[in-house]
Order: sequence, then structure tokens, then C-alpha cells
Amino acid sequence: MEMKDTRSGFGAGLTELGKKNKDIVALCADLTGSLKMNDFKNNHPDRFFQIGIAEANMIGIAAGMTIGGKIPFTGTFANFSTSRVYDQIRQSVAYSNKNVKICASHAGLTLGEDGATHQVLEDIGMMKMLPHMTVINTCDYNQTKAATIAIADHFGPVYLRFGRPKVPNFTLENQKFEIGKGIKINEGKDVTIVSTGHLVWEAIEASKALEKIDISAEVINIHTIKPLDKNIIINSVSKTKCIVTAEEHMLNGGLGDSVAQLLSREMPAPLEMVGVNDTFGESGTPRQLMEKYGLTSIDIVKASKKVLSRK
Amino acid sequence: MKSIKELEEICTQIRRDILRMVHTNNSGHPGGSLGCTEFLSILYFNHLKHNISFEMDGINEDLFFLSNGHISPVLYSVLARSGYFDIKELATFRKLNSRLQGHPTTHEKLEGIRVASGSLGQGLSVAIGAALTKKLNNDNHLIYSLHGDGELQEGQIWEAIMYASANKIDNIIATIDYNKKQIDGSLDDVLPMGDLKAKFNAFDWELLEVIEGNDLQSISHTLSQAKEMTGKQKPIAILLHTKMGNGVDFMMGTHKWHGNAPNDEQLASALSQNTETLGDY
Repeated sequence: MEMKDTRSGFGAGLTELGKKNKDIVALCADLTGSLKMNDFKNNHPDRFFQIGIAEANMIGIAAGMTIGGKIPFTGTFANFSTSRVYDQIRQSVAYSNKNVKICASHAGLTLGEDGATHQVLEDIGMMKMLPHMTVINTCDYNQTKAATIAIADHFGPVYLRFGRPKVPNFTLENQKFEIGKGIKINEGKDVTIVSTGHLVWEAIEASKALEKIDISAEVINIHTIKPLDKNIIINSVSKTKCIVTAEEHMLNGGLGDSVAQLLSREMPAPLEMVGVNDTFGESGTPRQLMEKYGLTSIDIVKASKKVLSRK
Repeated sequence: MKSIKELEEICTQIRRDILRMVHTNNSGHPGGSLGCTEFLSILYFNHLKHNISFEMDGINEDLFFLSNGHISPVLYSVLARSGYFDIKELATFRKLNSRLQGHPTTHEKLEGIRVASGSLGQGLSVAIGAALTKKLNNDNHLIYSLHGDGELQEGQIWEAIMYASANKIDNIIATIDYNKKQIDGSLDDVLPMGDLKAKFNAFDWELLEVIEGNDLQSISHTLSQAKEMTGKQKPIAILLHTKMGNGVDFMMGTHKWHGNAPNDEQLASALSQNTETLGDY
């Protein structure tokens, strides 16, 4: 399996957008290399804006640039894209319904050694609470590239979340990305596993392990947390009668929280959530952190067995 | 183009609008609104090249951004009196289901508003963004913005000030309502701002000053001067020395009317000092 980072998928998508749409502009707060925005910067220096280490100003400038028809893509780490600038996003972007694409790398624990100051695990929750905001968390290089291209054609504020490490690049090249449409990765009948971001691969690995012990798992990739694809989840749970959610995010406010709300309203069923439980991260390698904080395929298998026992 | 006499009449009427709007709801911000009445009137009636048939993108026209959104009463009155919407709508200010929210917003699609403001410190960044887009679009029109002096205590403003000069944003004229007052008292009591002129100069902005910031001719003269200075690789700021509560004797020169509405008796006194000129809403 080819290993590639999702942030490079963002960079590749931005490069392609730059060529085909002259209204695309990119802004960065001193992390051009980390966000893989160098190609765009080199190809379109007139449409690239280095803001410096001033994220609040970057969000405000992006909001202003939409007035006159530009489509700004801002790039910095997920923590500085959200919690640092929440009020700027809230007032100047979300409430004002500006066509700004907030693109966030190094989300979650897997940025690794930098530690908890940089490991935002609350960003999906913060962003999904904002009216008008679309929230997307992609799983691999190809999907991130496709999502980057797709959000340019969607009018309105978008939060696009991706990460730092190289992960399996398993989705199709040149796929069509449909905002708000979940993707069924494999059919199953015993348990539904819905996952997002880097945890989609772990969910696939978990389903293989479960198959060996005769548990048939249906794996769904939810790349868009808001708006949530309710049908794909309800249809699956109506068959399997139980569900596991998996994400590299705090349990509070994440995908699991959205799924729990949906099921408790429309189809109550046993639910187990894989994610980070009300704690900050720490320094370590991405793999070590995934293991320590319970975000691996093994944890998804455990959660699946537990949820099956509750049926 | 309005004469000074006509503008004086407009300002008197706008002051009446402001006072009546905040009185009706017993809420709103009359002090700063009254202090900026002359500036916004002469800007909209004589200087801004704008289309009252409102388009959000504002192509081929000058744009204005109000960063200190709490002085919404004066902006709403100026917009209505300029023809953006019916003056009757001023009666809905701060009421349920109104487009005239306590602080300006695009959410209710009010003509003349291009971004929400109210949470302070964000408007200069937005104005710079709009200025950058003007340049990308080869649109030679200008961006104007207005900020409170207390608002300069917000860190984002200084991020924006630094960015604008470093990137030679020379199609922007940012005005500071320098009344030296904020909610809790005088600037010097709350957080002394030091020499603002020196600060702007140190950040490599062109700085103009209007000592008589409630005098129409002085404002107009400086706005003309500022326009001449655009396109020369530097952003331009105007330090506008205003009197908070200008035009109402008991509201002038005190921070007490920053966010308080007059009662019936006070309204009557304030209106008697500003007799109807163009017809109340």
C-alpha cells in the first residue's frame, strides 16, 4: 500500500484548482511548507498571500477577499485554524456567510512529537457548532485532493481537516467527492463501523480482523461530519442493529457525538465510540499515541465486540 | 454632492434618528453614533463612490466597513438617508425580526452591510482583504473603514496594521474615531494608548489628523487629502478627534452615553436641540 500524507493531497488539490480557477486565492500563516502550499505559491505568486504568524488577521483578510468574488483557502495547523481564531471565524466568516475555505493540517494526535499544544482534538466540535459551516475530515491523500477541489464549487464556509503523517492511500485516484455523502467501503451484517479521517484505515483493518472471528462489519467512511449523511447510517444500523464510531478527535463534539444524536432521535441502538476521552495528548510518535489513546484497529475490534454483546 | 448647509441639515436629522432609535428600545449606543455623524454623512454623501443598488461584491465602487459595529444607529440612518432602504425601517432597530440588528450583520441581508461587526478588532483585516481583492480585480476604487479608538486595544488590529504597510496596501483609508473614551471610562483610565500618531508612523502608515472631527469642512478637506495620497505604496489612517455625544449638550464629552439610551424627558431635550429637517422616519 502506498503511504502518503493527507496534507500533500491538499497541496495537490490546491495546485490543480489554481490552474483552473483564477478566483482561487491562498493565504498562509507562516506554514507554507507544512501545508504543502509551495506549488500554488510558486505557480501563482500574485494569488498567494503570506500573512505571517497572525492567524486572526488571516481569517479576517480571507473574509474580506470574498467581497469581489475571490475564493480564499487559508492554511495553517488545525489548532491555529480553529481554537485560536474561533471568534474571527464565528463573526467574519460563519455569521457573515463568507465563501472561505479553512484548511487545517496537523489535526489530532498524529502530528506526534510537538505534543498537546499543537494536537487539537476539539476542532470538529467547535466547527460543527457554527451555523453555515460545512465540516469535512478526509481519510487519505486521494480523498483530500478530491475534497479540496470539490469545496471550491460549494458556496459557503468550509472547514477541511487533514493531518501530518503518511498513511495508506487506499481510495481511488481522481474520485468524485460529494460533500455530505458517506461512502460504504464494505458490506456487513453484524456491526456498523462509521469512521472519519485517519481512523477509516484503522476501521478497515478492524473489519478484516473481525472477519477472521466470523463477525461481519459494515465499514462506512464519513468524510463530511456536517451535514451528516443520515441515510447511509440509518440504513446500515437498521440492518446491523449496532454501531461503532471511530475518530481522531475528542468524544465530546466529534463524529460519535453527531451519530449518537442521530440514533437517539431516529433509531436507538447500542453505540460504542472510539476517540479521545476528555484528555489532552502528549509527545510521542504517531503510532505510539494512537496506541496509548486507544485509536487503533485493535480498539475498534474491542469496541465492536462490546457493542455486539449489548445487542 | 451636497453643500455644507445641506449636510448640516442631514446631520441634524441623523442625530434625531439615532436618538429616537435608541430611545424606542431603551438600548443601543448613542454616544459614538453622535460623534461620528458628521464623518459618516460627508463620507456617504460627498466622498464615497458607491451604488445604492446594493451588490455584495461591490465591483467598481468604493466600499465602507464599520469595524466598531456598536455605532450601528448612525450607519443605519446614513444608509437609509442615502437611499439604501426605506427610512421607515429605522423604526425596527433592535426589534425582533428586524434587519437592523443591534450590531450590523449580513445575515438579514440589509443593503449596505458587507460583513458582520460588533466583536471588536476584526474590521481592519476584512477591509484589507477587500482591498486586496480590488487590486486583483484591477478595480481602482477605494476601501474605507472606521474603528473606535478603544478598539485599538484589540491585538488583531495591530496584526492588520503591520500587514497593511508591509504589503503596501495603498487603496485603504482607515479612520479612527478618537474620542478618547470607552465603556468603562476614558482611554487613559482604562488602558492608556500613548501616542497613537507615533504608533501609526512607526508602523509605516501615512497618518492624517482632523483636530475638529465634528466639523464638516475639516473632515471633507482631510478626506480629499487622504484620497490624493492613495496609490502611493502606503496605507492611510485618519485620526479623527471627535466629541462623543456631539450635538446633544448633556451627552457631549462623557463616556456615560456610550451605551445608554435617553429617557422620555432626556429625549425631548435632545430633540429640541436638533429640530426636524428632512422628516422623521
